Amino acid sequence: MSALPGATDVPTPMGHGPMLRKEDARFVRGRGRFVDDVRLPGMLHGAILRSPHAHARILSVDVSAAESHPKVRAVITGETLAGRGLAWMPTLSHDVAAVLATDKVRYQGQEVVFVVAEDRYAARDALSLIEVEYEPLPPVIDARRALDPDAPVIRDDLDGRADNHVFDWESGDAAATDAVFASAERVSTCDLLYPRVHPAPLETCGIVADLDRITGKLTVHATTQAPHTHRMLYALIAGIPEHKIRIIAPDIGGGFGNKVGMYPGYLCSVVGSVLTGAPVKWTEDRSENLMSSSFARDYHMHGEIAATKDGRILGLRVRVLADHGAFNGTAQPSKFPAGFFHVFTGSYDVKAAHCRVTGVYTNKAPGGVAYACSFRITEASYLVERMVDVLSHDLGLDPAAVRMANLLRPEQFPYACATGWEYDSGDYPRTLTLALEMAGYDELRREQAERRAAYEATGRGSLMGIGISFFTEAVGAGPRRTMDILGLGMADGAELRVHPTGTAVLRVSCMSQGQGHETTFAQIVGEELGISPDDVELVQGDTDQTPFGLGTYGSRSTPVSGAAAVMVARKVRERARIVAAAMLEVAPEDLEWHKGRWQVAGDPAAGRTIAQIALAAHSDLDLPDGVEGHLDATCVYNPPNLTFPFGAYICVVDVDPGTGQATVRRFVAVDDCGVRINPMIVEGQVHGGLADGVGMALMELMAFDDDGNHLGASFMDYLLPTSMECPSWELGETVTPSPHHPIGAKGVGESATVGSPAAVVNAVLDAIGVRHADMPLTPAQVWRAVQGRPIRPDLAIR
Amino acid sequence: MQVPAHFEYQRATSVDHAIALLTRYGAEARVVAGGHSLIPMMKLRLAQPEMLIDINDLHELGGIRVEGGELRIGAMARHSELLGSAVAGEHYPMLHDAERVIADPVVRNRGTIGGSVCQADPSEDLSGAFTALRATAVIRGAEGVRSVPMRAFFTGPYQTVVGPAEILAELRIPVRPGGGSAYVKVDRRAGDWAVAAAAAALWLEPGPGPGTITDVGLGLTAVGAAGFTAVAAEEFLRGRPATEETFAEAGRIAAEHCRPVADQRGPADYKRHLAGELTVRTLRRAAARARARGQEA
Ligand SMILES: Cc1cc2nc3c(=O)[nH]c(=O)nc-3n(C[C@H](O)[C@H](O)[C@H](O)COP(=O)(O)OP(=O)(O)OC[C@H]3O[C@@H](n4cnc5c(N)ncnc54)[C@H](O)[C@@H]3O)c2cc1C
Repeated sequence: MSALPGATDVPTPMGHGPMLRKEDARFVRGRGRFVDDVRLPGMLHGAILRSPHAHARILSVDVSAAESHPKVRAVITGETLAGRGLAWMPTLSHDVAAVLATDKVRYQGQEVVFVVAEDRYAARDALSLIEVEYEPLPPVIDARRALDPDAPVIRDDLDGRADNHVFDWESGDAAATDAVFASAERVSTCDLLYPRVHPAPLETCGIVADLDRITGKLTVHATTQAPHTHRMLYALIAGIPEHKIRIIAPDIGGGFGNKVGMYPGYLCSVVGSVLTGAPVKWTEDRSENLMSSSFARDYHMHGEIAATKDGRILGLRVRVLADHGAFNGTAQPSKFPAGFFHVFTGSYDVKAAHCRVTGVYTNKAPGGVAYACSFRITEASYLVERMVDVLSHDLGLDPAAVRMANLLRPEQFPYACATGWEYDSGDYPRTLTLALEMAGYDELRREQAERRAAYEATGRGSLMGIGISFFTEAVGAGPRRTMDILGLGMADGAELRVHPTGTAVLRVSCMSQGQGHETTFAQIVGEELGISPDDVELVQGDTDQTPFGLGTYGSRSTPVSGAAAVMVARKVRERARIVAAAMLEVAPEDLEWHKGRWQVAGDPAAGRTIAQIALAAHSDLDLPDGVEGHLDATCVYNPPNLTFPFGAYICVVDVDPGTGQATVRRFVAVDDCGVRINPMIVEGQVHGGLADGVGMALMELMAFDDDGNHLGASFMDYLLPTSMECPSWELGETVTPSPHHPIGAKGVGESATVGSPAAVVNAVLDAIGVRHADMPLTPAQVWRAVQGRPIRPDLAIR
Repeated sequence: MQVPAHFEYQRATSVDHAIALLTRYGAEARVVAGGHSLIPMMKLRLAQPEMLIDINDLHELGGIRVEGGELRIGAMARHSELLGSAVAGEHYPMLHDAERVIADPVVRNRGTIGGSVCQADPSEDLSGAFTALRATAVIRGAEGVRSVPMRAFFTGPYQTVVGPAEILAELRIPVRPGGGSAYVKVDRRAGDWAVAAAAAALWLEPGPGPGTITDVGLGLTAVGAAGFTAVAAEEFLRGRPATEETFAEAGRIAAEHCRPVADQRGPADYKRHLAGELTVRTLRRAAARARARGQEA
C-alpha cells in the first residue's frame, strides 16, 4: 500500500520496532499537502508592510493609493484593528503585543499595514504604494544596556512603565549556595552568551483564513504545532465563539517551536476574511520569517561553579540577562518565566544551586522560547556543560574524568535536585562509559597531543579538539497541577475507535511537524492491541476531529499524548475482554491477554483476536448488562511528572589555526530516551538535532547593528548547516525506562539539539586551548579567540 | 514567497537579436543568463528591470575549448561545465579549485561564467581567478566586438565596462607552459560566499633549488583588493626564488595593500590576515603544481 521502494527490507513490526515512516510515502513523492497548497475558491492574498526602523514613532499612515490599486480588496491598518479592539493581542507570557502598530514600531520588521489583494503579486505591489511617516527614536539594541537609567523606554504603551525591565525570577536556595561558594576551594566564573538564533523551518509560517458569513464558522488552515491552543486564542482575541472555529493543520514542513505562537499575520488574515467575505491566504517569505517570528535563546549568562581542588563540584550560581525583544511573547508553562532553565545543575550531584534571571525589553522581535530547547533547557545544558569544561581547564583536569566523578549515581534516582526537580530515572556512568568507548577517547587524546606537537614544531598543520557534553533533559510538560499555558492544564486527550473489521483510527491533539507521529502512534496502538501499525490510522491537526490537548513542542508528544494513546488502547483492550468473555461464554477474569488475543487461561485454543472481538462488538452478540456495544474509548492523560532523557555526546573537530576554520570530524552520540518505540525514528530525530547543534555552534548568527538592523535576514546571512558540515553520526543507546510513563518512553525530539552545541563548542575550544569564546565559532571567531579578542556575536562585527 | 515586480520577457534567438533588444529597450532591459544573481535581486526588488532578455538559447555563447593558443570559455558556459572541463583543469587547475567551492551543485548547474563576472560582486570567486590568469573579456555590441583585459573589466562593485547594449561573449586565457595555479577560499559553510579567497598562477624557471619565478598573477576576492589583485606583491615575486620566505613576504605585501571591510563574515583585521595567509597558501600550492608539471615534462 504505502510501501516505498526497498521498503520490504524493513517489515512492519506488530507494535514497537524499526519501521519505515508511513508519511514518507507521500513526502518523498512530493505529495505532502502544506498550507501553501491550500487553494479555496475566490481566495485572496495578504501581504504585510513592515517597519524599516527598530524604534520609531508613527506620525501618519496613508493607504489611499494602495486602496485604489485595481486588484486590492482591503487595506488594514492599526487603526482599522483598533476600531475592532484588535490592535493588541495577549501573548503567552502575560504581556500584550501589537498586531499592527498604532503608536510606535518597536523592532525592524514589525507589522504595520496588511493588504488583501486578488493575487500575491498585486498585494506585494500595493505595499510600495503605502506612505508611512516615521519619527525615528533611539533604539535599545545591546541587552546589557537595556536597564541603564538613560535607556529609551520601549514599552510606553504599558501604564506607568519607566524602564525596560520585564521580570526577575529566581530558583534554588541563595543562602545555601552562597555558603557553599564561601567555603569552596576553587571557584571558576565565566560569562557566556547563548546568542539569538532562529528555528528557521524550511516551510515558513502561513495561513488560509476562511470565515463563512452564513454559518459564522471560521475555518483556519495554518502551520500550527498547537491547533487546540490556537482555537482558544482566536476565540479569546477575535471574540468568535470557540465552537465556531475549526483549526486545520495540514502537513507541516518543520516547526521547532516557531509555529507555537500566534502571529499578527494570522489575525490580520482572519480580519481580512471578515472584511472581504472571501478566504485570505498569507504566507511569510523567508526574510519575514527570520526577522519577525519567534527567535530563540538570547541568554547572557554569568556562571560560577564551586569545586574542590580535585574537581568535585559543590555548587552552581548563575545570573542571566534574558533579551525578550519588544514584547514578552515567550511560550512556556505560565508559571515559569524562564522556562525550565532551573535544571541547570544538569547531570551532576550538586549540593546547592541558585539562579536569578532578569528579563528585559529590547528593540528586537519578540518570541523567546522556541527552537527545540524544551523551554530553555538548551541554555541550561550549554551553561553547565561549558562551566564543567571551564572548571576542568582551570584545574588542569581531564573533562571526561571530571564529569565521571560528578555524575549522579544510579542509586540516587529518583533524584531531587537542588532546584526542585525530581529526575525519574537514569544510569549516567554507563552511558558516558559507552560513549567514551565508542569514541576511543584515550586514543583520541594521544592523537591530539601528537598533532599539537607537530603543529608547534612546524607552524603548519591542523589542531584537533575533543568536546564532551552530558545532558539531562526534562520533557513532557506536564502535570496539570504545576503546568499550564494561559490557564490550560497540560494534559492531552486521545480517542480510539476499532472498526468492525479490526482496523483502527486514533485521534490525538498533538501535531507532527516531521517527527513521524503517523508511524509512532500507530505503533503504540499496534503494540497494545496486537494489531499491525499498518492497520491504525492517525488523525491529527484538525480541532473538529480530535480531542483537546496542548500540542507538539517541548518533546511532549510521546511523554503526554503517547501515554494517552497507550491508556486509551488499554481501555479498549479491557472493553474487548468483556466482549471476548461474552463470545466465549466465560467470565472476563478467566481470560488472559496474549498479544493480539484474549484467551481462556489454561486453554490457549479458546481465544478471540481483536478483529474477531471488534466484529462481535458491532454485531447482535448479547453483551452483559452495563456494557455498551462497539469498541472504542477516550481518555485524558495527566502526566505525574516530567520524563528525564539524557545522553553523552563526544565531538571531535579539526581546526586550521591559520584560517580559524573548524571541521567536525566525528560525533558520537549515546542517547537514553527510555524505551524506543521506533528506533529508526529516534535516530532520525537525533540526526536532525545534531545537525542543529553543529549549526548553532559554528554558524547560525543573528546580530543587530547599532540602528537595530537585523543582520541575518536571509539564508545568505543566517547560515544553516548542510550535509557537508555533518559527519556520519555515530549513534549508541542505553535504555533506562521511565518508571512513571506507561511504556517507559521519555521523548527524544529535542535531546540532540539540547545536548550537542556544548560538545561542539567544547571541542573547538579544546583544540585551540582557549578557555571560552561565544558561539557561533565561525572562522573569524576562532581566529579572534586565539588572539584573545573574541567577537561579540550579538552585535555587528566591526 | 518573495515575488518580483512586473516585467516583460523576451527570448533572444541570436546574439545580434539580444543586442538589438537591449538597444531598443535601453537602460530598463537586462539580460538573464542563469538567473542565480539577477532573479533573487528581482524577488527582493533590489532590481526591477522592465524587460528581461533571456540568452539561454544562445549556444554560440557556450562551450569551453582551446583555440589559437587560448583557453576560451563561452559566457553561457555553466559553472558545472567549467568544473567538468578536462582542458580547463589541465591548463589551469585553479579553475577547478574555484568551481569546487562556488555555491552548490544546484546553483552550479544553472549559473554561468559570464553572469558571474558581469555581476561583479566583490565576493565573486571567478573575478579573482580570471584576474590572476590575466584573462581577456570579449564583448559584443552593435558596433562590433571589443576585447578588454580582465584587469580593466571591473569599474567598481557590481560595475563592469560592459555597456547597457553590450553582451559579454567569451573569456580568453592565454595557454602558457611551465606554470601552476591554485585557488583557496575560506567560507563559513559549504556554498557560502567567500570570507576571503586568493588565486595564484605562477611560472617557474626550473633551477637546482626551488626554481625562479618568471611570471605570476595574483587574485584576491572579498578583501577590498584594488582590481581583485595585488600588483605590488606580483612585482615583488617576479624574478625571486619560489621559497617559503618569498611567499611569506608576498603575503605580507598583499595583506598590506588590501582594504577589507568588516561585515558578519568577519572583522577587517581577520580578513587582512586571510589575504596574507591565503596568498601564501595559493603560491605554495601553485608552485608545487608547477614543479610537478616540470617533472612530467
Ligand atoms: C545560493 C547561491 C550561492 C552562491 N555562492 C557563490 C559563491 O560561493 N561564489 C561565487 O562566486 N558565486 C556564488 N554565487 C553566485 C553565482 O556564481 C552567480 O549567481 C551566478 O553564477 C551568476 O551567473 P548567472 O548566469 O546566474 O547570472 P544572472 O543572474 O543571469 O546574471 C547576473 C548579471 O549579469 C548579467 N549578465 C549575465 N550574463 C551576461 C552576459 N553574457 N553579458 C552581459 N551581462 C550578462 C545579467 O544581466 C545580470 O545583471 C551564488 C549564488 C547563489 C544563488
